[in-house]
Amino acid sequence: MMSKIVRTMASLLILFALIYGLYIITHGHLTPGGGFQGGAVFASGVALLIVAFGSEIIHKSLKEHRLSILESSGALIFIGLAFGGLAIVFFYNFLVGSPIFGHIPPSGPNPGDIWTAGVIPFMNIAVGLKVLAGFSAILLVMALATTLTEVEE
Amino acid sequence: MRKIAIAVSLSIFVALLIGAAFLIHPFGYPPSPMDDYIIENTQRETGANSAITAVVFDYRGYDTLGEATILFAAVTGVVMLFRRKKLSRIKP
Repeated sequence: MMSKIVRTMASLLILFALIYGLYIITHGHLTPGGGFQGGAVFASGVALLIVAFGSEIIHKSLKEHRLSILESSGALIFIGLAFGGLAIVFFYNFLVGSPIFGHIPPSGPNPGDIWTAGVIPFMNIAVGLKVLAGFSAILLVMALATTLTEVEE
Repeated sequence: MRKIAIAVSLSIFVALLIGAAFLIHPFGYPPSPMDDYIIENTQRETGANSAITAVVFDYRGYDTLGEATILFAAVTGVVMLFRRKKLSRIKP
């Protein structure tokens, strides 16, 4: 646990860090970024919380086995979407042209439409879920291990 | 003696890196038809504006699948390695 100034600034900045991570995940098919990068930004917000408040306090509301469940569900959604296109070929983008995320943008530079790209937004969300849960679990478990050795000695 | 060996090997490594930086191909030099195909047809075929995301999640989805598997294995290993001992709480 750090000083009150650090804790106040962290509790202010955590909102922007998490929202920016979610923005990068959900706009992965329009702007540079995607699931992996957005998940890393989200996990850096979790790292800020762990540094500012200490891992014991964060562990009261963020358990690593729940993060593992989140990560496994992200992986399952990703592989399920990949199997969804198996009627033609594995990883076929079967939602292009359908009512769900099915708009096709004009070729060349355009302002961008979020309702495009078929399964790619869902895959971005799945990989983002996986990456943010995985990185947060790694950070939390490692930070907890450093405090645990001090307690048990 | 050991420091001299480290210095010699490091200087050879840096010299090779600088040589590689001068001998590298110019940007996009060996022209491949795959690049032009992806740049022209990404928006029509996948509907995604970002061609990089389209390549990562659509044209080469197997790469992303392997990357996700590696990340899953890494997280599993780290969580297993740093797990908290449940048995130590029973002892006073």
